[in-house]
Amino acid sequence: MKQEDESGRINRELEARVNALESLLIDKSLVDRKALQAILDLYENRIGPRNGARVVARAWVDPLFKARLLSTPDEAIASLGFTGRQGEHVVVVENTAEVHHLVVCTLCSCYPWPLLGLPPGWYKSAPFRSRAVIDPRGVLADFGLHLPANTRIQVWDSNAEVRYLVLPMRPEGTAHLSEAELANLVSRNAMIGTDIVRSSADGRGSQA
Amino acid sequence: MNGLHDMGGMQCFGRVEEEPDEPLFHHEWERRAFALTLALGAGGCWNIDASRFMRESLPPSVYLSGGYYRIWLEALQQLLESRGLLSEAEMSSGQAQSMSKPPAQFRRLSGESVDALFSRGWPSTRDASSPARFAVGQRVRTVNSHPATHTRLPRYARGRVGTIEAVHGVHVFPDTNALFQGEQPDWLYAVRFEASELWGPDTTASCVHLDCWQSYLLAEAATKPNDSPV
Repeated sequence: MKQEDESGRINRELEARVNALESLLIDKSLVDRKALQAILDLYENRIGPRNGARVVARAWVDPLFKARLLSTPDEAIASLGFTGRQGEHVVVVENTAEVHHLVVCTLCSCYPWPLLGLPPGWYKSAPFRSRAVIDPRGVLADFGLHLPANTRIQVWDSNAEVRYLVLPMRPEGTAHLSEAELANLVSRNAMIGTDIVRSSADGRGSQA
Repeated sequence: MNGLHDMGGMQCFGRVEEEPDEPLFHHEWERRAFALTLALGAGGCWNIDASRFMRESLPPSVYLSGGYYRIWLEALQQLLESRGLLSEAEMSSGQAQSMSKPPAQFRRLSGESVDALFSRGWPSTRDASSPARFAVGQRVRTVNSHPATHTRLPRYARGRVGTIEAVHGVHVFPDTNALFQGEQPDWLYAVRFEASELWGPDTTASCVHLDCWQSYLLAEAATKPNDSPV
């Protein structure tokens, strides 16, 4: 249990350090407490992968929207209201039977916040950032995803201020579903490229 | 900078582990370090490129083992001090010194402005002052350079041949912006590199796309007639 003691001690120290820093910054009027609350409210309660899933579902049911999403993505996404910090310039890449896209940021953790929220730990981790560009098939296998050998895997390293969103393939057997039901099938990982979308019948849909 | 942050292609970190039901933050201090970083980042005393440069300049042991928000916190504290928002004495004592004033360009982010400002974001596009040098379909080679400062051209893609896939317009240039040497906006392109050009036979990718500013790129002779794309 020594390790837990050690990480507990480090976290208590960091807690104290951040508390002291925050108080000092508020004392000096460099930070408005209300701004901190507003930022947290935005990212904890209002922005997340459901936004991206709505974009995907709309593209699946509305061919005109899909065409706009692929040709003028910023305008199409803005029409649904999902604009903002770390999503100022978006490119949407479409999966097909031949091509599967995977998004990474090898240099830091660039990610389309307004569409997917804050990135999960694995996206920011060294194993993902290092291997996605050289061995994407191995990375997908870590997620339990095994694509046909003839599917080409194209990787997008988001090294500038352009953010990438994967438009996954619509699964078979979903013709009867509404747009909202379709959105529920779209997982966060499918919009990064570490998953595909499955119809709910096979039980692996609707994972956030 | 040839730092540990430039991880593309390394093979020593093991498998990707997904945490089931991962929370947005694992500790209360992470939440608050996140909010402080965003609030102060909107203050006008530094930019996102300077933040990234500060984070990648941390000691490798901290960068690798400290955890994501620890990296943010360390970089934030260094920026606060180096950009004159807090003095070393204030940081170590936790007490505000009455005579210290923030730099003139500082604007405190107000709670009321968060929604509007954050939903608009901070676009990096700028007006073009010259035409783009490259066009879609053109072959280019990335420069082979190793600046000791901030760059967004990862090591694995230096001196490599690719094809212009899209022209993104003119964007702020991070390499100078990170050093407070101005935005020096430049054309940005999506460049497609065949995976074999980057890794030889040791890859399962078909191709890798990177966004490259014009100054990262040199014109490359056109494809030989018998070359066909894979």
